[in-house]
Amino acid sequence: MNLRGAVAIFNHELVRFFRTAFGSILSPVLTTSLYFIVFGAAIGSRMQEIGGVPYGAFIVPGLLMLTLLSESTSNASFGIYMPRFTGAIYELLSAPVGVAETLIGFVGAAVMKSLIIAGIILVTATLFVDYSIAHPVLAVGYIVLIAAAFSLFGFILGVWADGFERLSIVPMLILTPLTFLGGTFYSIDMLAEPWRTVAQFNPVFYLVNGLRWTFTGNADVPIGVAFGMTLGFVLLCVVLIALIFRTGWRLRD
Amino acid sequence: MDHPILDIRNLSKTYKAGTTALAGVDLQIRKGEIFALLGPNGAGKTTLIGAVCGLLRPTGGTIEAFGLDVARNWRQVRQRIGLVPQELSFDMFERVDHSVAYSRGMFGCPPNKDRIEQVLRSLSLWDKRTSKIRELSGGMKRRVMIAKALSHDPELLFLDEPTAGVDVELRRDMWRQIGALREAGTTIILTTHYIEEAQAMADRVGVINKGRLLLVDDKAAIMAKLGSTEARISLTQPLGEVPSVLESYQLALEDHGTTLVYRGGDGSGKGKREAAEVIKMLVEQGIGFDAIDTSESSLEDIFVDLVERGEVPA
Ligand SMILES: Nc1ncnc2c1ncn2[C@@H]1O[C@H](COP(=O)(O)OP(=O)(O)O)[C@@H](O)[C@H]1O
Ligand SMILES: [Mg+2]
Repeated sequence: MNLRGAVAIFNHELVRFFRTAFGSILSPVLTTSLYFIVFGAAIGSRMQEIGGVPYGAFIVPGLLMLTLLSESTSNASFGIYMPRFTGAIYELLSAPVGVAETLIGFVGAAVMKSLIIAGIILVTATLFVDYSIAHPVLAVGYIVLIAAAFSLFGFILGVWADGFERLSIVPMLILTPLTFLGGTFYSIDMLAEPWRTVAQFNPVFYLVNGLRWTFTGNADVPIGVAFGMTLGFVLLCVVLIALIFRTGWRLRD
Repeated sequence: MDHPILDIRNLSKTYKAGTTALAGVDLQIRKGEIFALLGPNGAGKTTLIGAVCGLLRPTGGTIEAFGLDVARNWRQVRQRIGLVPQELSFDMFERVDHSVAYSRGMFGCPPNKDRIEQVLRSLSLWDKRTSKIRELSGGMKRRVMIAKALSHDPELLFLDEPTAGVDVELRRDMWRQIGALREAGTTIILTTHYIEEAQAMADRVGVINKGRLLLVDDKAAIMAKLGSTEARISLTQPLGEVPSVLESYQLALEDHGTTLVYRGGDGSGKGKREAAEVIKMLVEQGIGFDAIDTSESSLEDIFVDLVERGEVPA
């Protein structure tokens, strides 16, 4: 393993992130803060508690999930798409860098970025809503797992994409809607049939509820199922990335 | 060749689109030499480099570098190879020194400020080290590409058309750089379609066209095998036939006997010597002439000739 190479890529990616820190940190934090102000502080004060949790606190995990999914996916996808776009990928392809180095470097850096943003969002949230974390260790673990899963997914997206539209289409047209519909702002109990059943086919519904459980101790789904699904998704992505390197798909003609 | 630093056997590459860019190439590179791969656009030069450096997957054949199979021992092999590709391609918003240091790290070398400084200075980039790459001129950008490739001290360096689109002054400068690298023991393989580049720098030359190597030889040997001198002597009086005392030379009469043409030599100076001898004898024989025009065939002529015939000359 070329550990130095992996660390070099990791650092390089983080530097790139901080170089554009204004946009890459401020914009997700600002967006999430707006949600907290509107739904948490303004509307939330007039909403009933859900399962004994005040509405403002109820939406914290969902909003965090919204940011985690879109930021992890777009950071990782841009990280690998940009060198493909500029041609600078030649250097990576000619370097002693394989699956392991790539995962540590690109995916690791994307995870780190997401964690930094998640931390800032959780701190910012305390300004607008009262919330506490029921299982802090599990919460951190689950956040890391989610960030890893979607950074891996983003990496695959960045290898697959052959234009900038595709990079933004997947987070915007698939992940964000699925997250909104996945119970960010409501409990599944508040839905009427058939939507209650439909919602259960949305994978993000399980992720949101898994994270909500670590925060509030309540969830609409068995927590084991949520964890298992996330872990399964991580493994699936790792296997796909290994296959990409083995076959050279979209990287080596 | 006992232990070639690079040993390519029967290498072929057919792209998915169906283009066969390499059709069974055999090539051995000696340690420490400068090898110039000459060929027209589309000949397969970039593909050949890509196959060695890991940018693409060959369809057939084997490649060994440093005695190691590049497909199996890719990590060890790639660490010791540097590549300067044809196109300028990097993160334009990055600083010159950061970009070069990143390359070094990517290839598994520990950070080394002194070495980075050395590389930047040797390419006259030191003053520009804090500039963003996009702020540099085209020639300077190409130097950054070279600096990146040299940052991990490769033993084998590929330069794909290093001087394409570079002005004459910078080209000479680059030749000096390449010469200095060879002095330091780096083996260099460069591709070019400028014959003068190969002629000026290379120890050996390979001519490639349509995915096939037509000829590989020492530059001097190629000149010897194919290089020739042509001397055209304008006579004051037309001759009916070549004088018998000059029979031993390769002479012909053209333009109704008014021009005596010598064609011969082997690139070693024999042609020029013989042309001088012919002239001396013309003087001795009292045969008048009023103009002499001599020319040497260059690698360019040889190259055009080879490519046109599409075969290895005897
Ligand atoms: N990525 C690619 N996909 C399909 N065909 C390619 C690709 N790269 C090069 N070729 C084709 O392969 C042949 C050799 O190209 P190349 O190796 O770039 O030649 P050179 O570097 O000598 O100009 C050309 O016909 C070119 O069009
Ligand atoms: Mg080329």
